Amino acid sequence: MRTKAYVPYLFLTPALGLFAVFMAYPIIYSFLLSFQTSEAGEMVPAGLSNYQRLFSDEIFLTALTNTFVIMVIQVPLMLFFAIVLASSLNAVKRLKGVFRVSFFMPAVTSLVAYSIIFSIMLMGDGIINQLLAAFGIGAIPWLSHPWWAKAALILAMTWRWIGYNMVIYLAAMQNIQESLYEAASIDGASRIKQFFSITIPQLKPVILFTAILSTIGTLQLFDEPYTLTKGGPSDATLTIGMYLYQTGFRYFDFGYASTLAYVIVVIIAVLSFIQFKVTGDE
Amino acid sequence: MKVSNVRSLLVYVTLLIGAVISLFPFYWAAIAATNESGKVFAKPPVLLPGGMLFENIANLNEAIGIGRVMFNSLFVVVIYTALSLIICTMAGYAFAKFRFKGRDILFGMFLLSMMVPYHALVIPLFKMMAAWGWLNTYQALILPNLAYPFGIFLMRQNMLAVPDAMMEAGRIDGVNEWGLFTRIILPSVKPALAATAIFLFMFQWNSFLWPLIAVQTKEMYTLPVALSSLFGLSRIDYGQVMAGVTLATGPIIIFFLLLQRHFISGMLGSAVKG
Repeated sequence: MRTKAYVPYLFLTPALGLFAVFMAYPIIYSFLLSFQTSEAGEMVPAGLSNYQRLFSDEIFLTALTNTFVIMVIQVPLMLFFAIVLASSLNAVKRLKGVFRVSFFMPAVTSLVAYSIIFSIMLMGDGIINQLLAAFGIGAIPWLSHPWWAKAALILAMTWRWIGYNMVIYLAAMQNIQESLYEAASIDGASRIKQFFSITIPQLKPVILFTAILSTIGTLQLFDEPYTLTKGGPSDATLTIGMYLYQTGFRYFDFGYASTLAYVIVVIIAVLSFIQFKVTGDE
Repeated sequence: MKVSNVRSLLVYVTLLIGAVISLFPFYWAAIAATNESGKVFAKPPVLLPGGMLFENIANLNEAIGIGRVMFNSLFVVVIYTALSLIICTMAGYAFAKFRFKGRDILFGMFLLSMMVPYHALVIPLFKMMAAWGWLNTYQALILPNLAYPFGIFLMRQNMLAVPDAMMEAGRIDGVNEWGLFTRIILPSVKPALAATAIFLFMFQWNSFLWPLIAVQTKEMYTLPVALSSLFGLSRIDYGQVMAGVTLATGPIIIFFLLLQRHFISGMLGSAVKG
């Protein structure tokens, strides 16, 4: 019995229609907008001027630098500790499920909600500085110092995402053959040696996957700096995503905001490509 | 033997510290929701529930109309999840179980669109919604992400595993195409449906940037937008804010604890079995 050729298209129609209107069309529209500028409320052609403006736009360069600094520190740090956490959890027999659920729980909180919690905890006389004081550490200006504000964001983001990544690694670790570790133990390799020479290489494809996910996520960073630090102090945590929002919806400069959007698109494409090239030899 | 005991104790202690760090902020937020505003900075810290919960919620209601906000969030999320699940499942089915012209190109297009940052869409979407007069409406919040590429991908991957023989048998028995889909395919991918539904639910419940742009009046605020507006005020009532935070996270956490496995596989895209 043959299936009618049009059947699969019928099943696809709703998705394709919505995709065309709410995804494909906006992507093209946005690209066109990036070559336009607003004059007296009308969008008029502007050639490459929006793109040229990027290079002399101090705020954009600050936002770009901030985004990269946060990404370069946060992503490797979080992924490394997620692997460490996963291998610890993989080694224990009791309470595994309880720990897994606990570590994963931050990943189900709304970004705005956890940013608010962290913002209050990190305030000058907040509970985190009180805890540090108990250990004899002076108050840290988490939200009022340019570097500490970045650190605050990194800390909060790591809290939110570490368990999520850990669960991915934990699952991948179930597929590493026990015999590899047994052979290494017989050869006298220490636990730490085994971690670096077996666990990490075996997890390489998964690490690549999580690194790309986190990179894409960080390049679009918006909710956290918007809520936690409001981009401050003095633009120290302004990200490209936030700058785009401000340009588009505070100054209503849709042309330039679209240019910023395409900068993010290009950076994501380039970085994902590089990560594939560097790590993916298979 | 001794060495390994010490080591396993160390591992447990590390894990325990990690778990405390993961869970403490939730506990602390819930405690702050039951105390008056100033208590969040009290020395020593207040770590036990107070009696202000209802008063904080009443204040919250006065400030942002929490009932209406909760309704908005729930309404949008429930309608969105239901519609999106149907659309993504149908598309995933077409990609997984049929050979047709353009299939690989179309599927590739959906996959590629997962790399497109949401920021690249919000400006055109805003202009479109403005032109249609849809700003500040439920459809503006619900429509844009219904054909969620990742949802389609998830459903396709799971349907690939359903044996073609089951469909053949159905066809021989004279089941029509819609019947094959609803009576043969769907029952055999129930866990994937649950996981995808949770994924879509979480995406929409936590969504912030688009509602922030698309919604303009308090009556249409979703929870994250309402919380953010409250937290942006110059005089912040922390008890009230934390009551809002607890209302935004509490239900999801309960839901998560009940459905852990589905949750984890949904949020990780079923790459991981729970």
